Amino acid sequence: MTRWDTTLAVARLELQDAARNKWLWAMTVGFGLLATALTLVGVDGARTVGAGGFGRTASSLVALSQMMVPLLGLTLGASAIGNARENGSMRFLLTHPVRRSDILVGIGLGLVGACWAAMLTGFGVAALVSSATGTPVPAGVVLALTALSALLATAMATIGVAIGASTRRGSTALGVAVFAWLLLVFVGDLGIMGSALAVRLPVGALFFSVVANPVEAYRLLAVPLFAGSLDVLGPAGTYAIDTLGGATAPLGIAVLALWIWVPARLALRRFERTDF
Amino acid sequence: MIRLQGLTKYYGANAALRDVDLDVAEGTSVALWGHNGAGKTTVIRALLGLVRYEGTATVDGHDCTSDGVSVRSLIGHVPQELTFHEHLTVAETVDFSRSLRQVDATRAMEVLEVVGLHEELKKPTGALSGGMRQRLAIALALLADPPVLLLDEPTSNLDAHAREQMVHLLQSLRERCTLLLTTHHAGEVGLLADEVVYLEDGEVRFTCAPSELDARVGVPSRLHLTLDTAFVDPALAALTSSGIAARRNGTGVIVEAHGAARGRALSVVIGAGIDIDDVEVWR
Repeated sequence: MTRWDTTLAVARLELQDAARNKWLWAMTVGFGLLATALTLVGVDGARTVGAGGFGRTASSLVALSQMMVPLLGLTLGASAIGNARENGSMRFLLTHPVRRSDILVGIGLGLVGACWAAMLTGFGVAALVSSATGTPVPAGVVLALTALSALLATAMATIGVAIGASTRRGSTALGVAVFAWLLLVFVGDLGIMGSALAVRLPVGALFFSVVANPVEAYRLLAVPLFAGSLDVLGPAGTYAIDTLGGATAPLGIAVLALWIWVPARLALRRFERTDF
Repeated sequence: MIRLQGLTKYYGANAALRDVDLDVAEGTSVALWGHNGAGKTTVIRALLGLVRYEGTATVDGHDCTSDGVSVRSLIGHVPQELTFHEHLTVAETVDFSRSLRQVDATRAMEVLEVVGLHEELKKPTGALSGGMRQRLAIALALLADPPVLLLDEPTSNLDAHAREQMVHLLQSLRERCTLLLTTHHAGEVGLLADEVVYLEDGEVRFTCAPSELDARVGVPSRLHLTLDTAFVDPALAALTSSGIAARRNGTGVIVEAHGAARGRALSVVIGAGIDIDDVEVWR
């Protein structure tokens, strides 16, 4: 059996665990319902004021993803390690002749798979509803949005796993994950805006401070898909167009990739040194 | 086969193990004995690479830290806390474990039959009784036919009958495995171990033969004699007149006696012409 086979076996086990996770199901159903509602509102708006078509729906879906995907990825990732440690199932895994790193990567892959499944359900429902109501669904935009959301979900689940590997209890990990969600989705953005006003932050520094946040990097990548331009993001968007031009998308992807790589390294380091 | 040198483990400021040296030769069986918190389970966790430690721990020459995968491929482990993925069935749990240990399905069925779980394949592990979970743990430990078995309280969840069966199974494994076990049942030490290592506060206090354990640590034990009701009073009279402390217990007599004193108590009762229906040692 290769190390990859081991990793896949653990990933399958984690997926099976996730499939019985009520929180995951609640988030999936919630995401699906909200995506459907937003799609219907978007379609209705397009009919009455003639604006936007699927772009209006896509804009709402991006806003929804910005909230839901981080919450799902962070909480699922953070609680997986802590719960397995507390209920003893981690010890069961670790007594097999496999490397700890293979187990952790397997757990991470399983969690990412679970997040993707939840997210695909939401986007799939939205696309189906939009098609059923006669609003054209640009397949390219939907696929690109789905891929970007998958990237965000991967980053968030990895950060969650790093939180789980760095805390001793599942409940602590969950608390830290919710705090991280608040920080990334709400407080970080407001804090940067507040700081920018208080210390007259140059627009370049403001832009990079914002984009360092993976959730904002996701927005930076997603918005041009339906809006056609970053202008809608205000001064930071204008700065990105003027200064970075075509390099904006690679920058956003690089930020998200870093938010996967760094937490993954941290999680592996912590996991290797933990007593079970 | 198993060698510990200067094994030391601290949890915060508390020492779980202090400078423990231990050699378990191939094919022998060693019992770790001691009160709760003496460090028995920590020794087993160190060998499995579950905890970091100072000192050296090797199995068949492989270092438990730097070559943990090789070590764990040589070990079958029955843990004290029997936790599996609760939603998986017995068959799925065994399949998962055998896939990581590269064992074929035929062998898996063999061990499930040995422990008597072959008819429970579709049962979720979360629905298994304590005894069945113990059997499953033993089946998983035996899957790859490992040369070393680490058994942490291997009969703790079993009833008397199942315990007896399990002890027989483990006795048969002594012929081809190196065993390191922890148990609270002094009777099992005599049946399963060649040597006893007594741990206290994380340190090895002494090593002795199983037959010497009672005398060395004064394992509290009582002899329970089941007798015909008519024989209870004569038995009590015979014992007390011989200076052996005894008292009535339902249809039997409880004798406070350790080691050789138990044999003497039996001789006294039999010598008084009393038929004994059953004898148990309670510890």
